[in-house]
Amino acid sequence: MKKKFLTSIFFLLYTFHLASDEFTNQEIEIFKNLRCLICQGQSVADSNSDFAQTIKLVVRDQLSEDKSEKEIYNFLISKYGEWIVYKPKVNKKNFLLWFLPYLILGLGGVIIFSIVKKRGKIRTY
Amino acid sequence: MKKIIYYIFPVFVLFIFFLSLNKENQYDTKALVGKKIINFEINSLKNKHKITNNDLIKNNYTLINFWASWCGPCRKEHKYLLMLKNKNNLKILGINFKDNKKNAEKFLNNLKNPYTYLGTDPDGKVSVNFGIYGIPESILVNKEQLVLKKYIGPLNQKDYREISKIIK
Repeated sequence: MKKKFLTSIFFLLYTFHLASDEFTNQEIEIFKNLRCLICQGQSVADSNSDFAQTIKLVVRDQLSEDKSEKEIYNFLISKYGEWIVYKPKVNKKNFLLWFLPYLILGLGGVIIFSIVKKRGKIRTY
Repeated sequence: MKKIIYYIFPVFVLFIFFLSLNKENQYDTKALVGKKIINFEINSLKNKHKITNNDLIKNNYTLINFWASWCGPCRKEHKYLLMLKNKNNLKILGINFKDNKKNAEKFLNNLKNPYTYLGTDPDGKVSVNFGIYGIPESILVNKEQLVLKKYIGPLNQKDYREISKIIK
């Protein structure tokens, strides 16, 4: 009986221990936007590599110091470069990547509008 | 007008490909070169002493080397660290990365200790401040604590010559 009781206490404590190691939603969201630099196309959230584990600890520490997500990203960018984040900041090297889809969308709209207008004119004649 | 668009579009696509394919996608932290290292505090591997920036200010040059006993390439570069140990202008700070103290001491007893300062980073968190993602990595800093060079991977003969030339 005593043995059973001690075993159940052990498992209960072990469950609490495992639960304390779980990451919060905010932490997971940050990990998802961080690239595991030593992995093949994996985010920090997906990876269990040494590097990913260290980054997870650092992110957790910084969150406990009340740092914002932006501050955490900026810190990691200052150490590892823009490559570590999946969503890089807009700069002169990547502005085309950010704005080209909108530009093409606008241009497409203008072309479609002009075609429709042209056809409308043809029909009236 | 249509003809111009037909020509411009493929040229534009080729231009984007040219730019993208020429871009260096390989990760490295060499961008840290020229920047000042941050204030740090590392526990000594040997005692309760804390190693800080103030310890490095005294040196003309310091090579910060990240190593571990379980790291094969660290053994490979060890002979170059021992050679650099004899240079007058240079001190070496070894940061033992995610390692077991006993194994680290055994490693140094067997291969000799090239380090003037010996710190420990058991969970790797301190190393993130130096942009470290794997070991071995080495950072050469000057008296002003500016990063002069960053070596990713084991030091070799070429790196040894380069460091010797810089610290002359």
